[in-house]
Amino acid sequence: MLRKYLTNALLLAFSIFSILFSGAASPQATDSSRVFTIGSKNFNENYILGEVISQLLEDSGFTVDRNFGMSGTMVIYEALRTGEVDVYVEYSGTLAEIIFPEEADSTLTELNEYLQSEGLEALQSFGFNNTYALAMKRNHASDLGVETVSELAALRNINLGFSIEFLNRADGWPGLIENYGFTQQAIGMDHGLAYQAIDEGTIDVTDAYSTDGDLELFDLIILRDDLNFFPQYYAVPLIHQNIDPQVKNIIRQLEGRIDDERMRDLNGRVMLGGKSFAEVASEFLTEEKLFTQTTSVITGSGTWSNIYQNTLVHLQLTIIALFLGCLVGLPLGVIVYRSKKLSRGVLYVAGLMQTIPSLALLALFIPIFGIGRIPAIIALFLYSLLPILRSTITALLTIDPILKRAAEAIGMTRFQQLRFVLVPLALPNVLAGVKTAAIISIGTATLAAFIGAGGLGEPIVTGLALNNTDLILQGAIPAACLAIITEMLFDVLERTIVKPHMLVGQLPS
Amino acid sequence: MSNPCISYEAVTKSYGKKVIIEDLSLDIPADITTAIVGESGSGKSTLLQMANGLVKPEKGQVSVFNKSINKASITLQRLKIGYSVQGAGLFPHLSVFNNVILMAKLLGWADDAIKSRFEYLLDLFELDTELSPRYPYSLSGGQQQRVSLCRAMMLNPPLLLLDEPFSALDPVTREIIHSEFLRLQALESRTTVLVTHDMGEAMKLAQQIIVLYEGRIEQQGTVKDIQNNPASNYVETLFRVGGN
Repeated sequence: MLRKYLTNALLLAFSIFSILFSGAASPQATDSSRVFTIGSKNFNENYILGEVISQLLEDSGFTVDRNFGMSGTMVIYEALRTGEVDVYVEYSGTLAEIIFPEEADSTLTELNEYLQSEGLEALQSFGFNNTYALAMKRNHASDLGVETVSELAALRNINLGFSIEFLNRADGWPGLIENYGFTQQAIGMDHGLAYQAIDEGTIDVTDAYSTDGDLELFDLIILRDDLNFFPQYYAVPLIHQNIDPQVKNIIRQLEGRIDDERMRDLNGRVMLGGKSFAEVASEFLTEEKLFTQTTSVITGSGTWSNIYQNTLVHLQLTIIALFLGCLVGLPLGVIVYRSKKLSRGVLYVAGLMQTIPSLALLALFIPIFGIGRIPAIIALFLYSLLPILRSTITALLTIDPILKRAAEAIGMTRFQQLRFVLVPLALPNVLAGVKTAAIISIGTATLAAFIGAGGLGEPIVTGLALNNTDLILQGAIPAACLAIITEMLFDVLERTIVKPHMLVGQLPS
Repeated sequence: MSNPCISYEAVTKSYGKKVIIEDLSLDIPADITTAIVGESGSGKSTLLQMANGLVKPEKGQVSVFNKSINKASITLQRLKIGYSVQGAGLFPHLSVFNNVILMAKLLGWADDAIKSRFEYLLDLFELDTELSPRYPYSLSGGQQQRVSLCRAMMLNPPLLLLDEPFSALDPVTREIIHSEFLRLQALESRTTVLVTHDMGEAMKLAQQIIVLYEGRIEQQGTVKDIQNNPASNYVETLFRVGGN
């Protein structure tokens, strides 16, 4: 009887997996030729440039896998170095900051000397300099009579809110303090949210990029860098040295094509014009007459199909992680619960996992597992372990000792005691733990988009970058629905396999 | 006295620093009912649970049916030892029927053998057959205790260990089950060890009595022996409180 159940359960699990995998197949599965993975960071301009490169390659017949919206330079640079990503657009100042933290104004040639040793190459710039800048509301600045960074540094009672990256980069806040002698405190926040905050007056100043398309939208002005502190940030395609020379030549066509004004305009078409990255990239390539085929390639697909795809990927991540969590957590709980020391040790380790911030864990995984779904699933699996283990151990420990004694005394073997008494008695609590793990996973899986794993986090990350509430909701609402549906499914499951009197915990007195 | 059914040889057991049973040797005769009487903490339950391996002595050895209780063989030995505990210890997720027949089913008994044994036991303890699909929570305390006895008797074990099975019951129910128990005794000869703190119950149900006090045997003998010649003030007190 038991074997039959197990077989059925396994068959069911496998069929769910195969459906999920086939439903959310990546382009890799469809073409046997080499697939080029184009990466992008999670802000507007980088998405557009990633999309421009992708469409240009697709126009020449290459298959492209878009791995957009990765969080932070470290994540995407590591991904390029390990070969998970073939091309992405980096900024010269950022490269200099990574490679030669001492001298921020290195030339491209100097940078390339070092990059060569990493097997990488920075191509010539697109043309524009997207440097850091400090931005303020226009009327607020004129009220205070501030035009330069030096004047800002002299002000008291000013609220500074910077992106986390800016706060920690030598060419960001620390350098500003050193060069301009700032004495104010600054708080860290998401770049997209910072514009919202500045609009609402919560903060007065934030870091901006000189090509930001939404400076105008929020009526922000840039304070003049009168001490010429900010290094230059020319956008350059960063590639692998041994990339297909044809691909390299295609990308080279973009050299010097975009100046500051043009980039601000392209950014604005997304931020203000409400167009998709794909549309804007396609418009740009058409305007520049870079498409070889007459029909422009617009890969932007409908909202509903996006939501559907993202939901599928999200489910895939969560279900596989949860399945693995159960596969490891349940037996491990059963094995260790008899020993106080072991249980405690296992719970400490599982608890430790929980304390590592998800983004940090994902970043730590890149050198080991790369980017994409695998590290995301591993991280989600680790997060699901604690609730599953804790509920299993607690459920087994809190079973009435008289029942445990009775099961032993009537002559059952260890396995029979587990199978016919302990597990059924622990089931309601174990199920509750698995349910918690499932719901935590659904929430945490939204962060997987930061390392290119896709899912419902993708529109959220993009929406944050664009300050686009619609996009954020396209991820947040389905995620919330998934959580509610999961809760309901578990309730149904509970009612199906657990007798009602076991749920209310009415034990014979 | 024939061959002893259970024999304890110099057993010692302590929980932490507290010694529960110290260097105790004892033979429990076969085919009759022996009551182990003592107050809470006297070690009587511990002594009983050594007989089916639920408690392992630190020193000494316990043998049942001339075979020493050890880890390797205990699971098999337990099939010959029925066990019922105060509060019944019924599995809440199983129906009355499944509680009683679980072990027989696991041992591969035929369905009709299971059914006829189950019905025989229900009848013996005057339980209505309509109880069989019900779950323990919906039974009265007395019914639960009877079902627990049915479960202990399911495999028709030659030895029955009863750990205060009647003490949580109201006096009327207890009286009824006592008489069922006596009927069972008259029907089948079986070694039964009954742990109780109630000397009255011991006198009524057992042929031999062992009085335990702080982990030592205070007195051992037939009901008459002990009643007529209590070995100490303690034994006398037990009679005064519980007997008559």
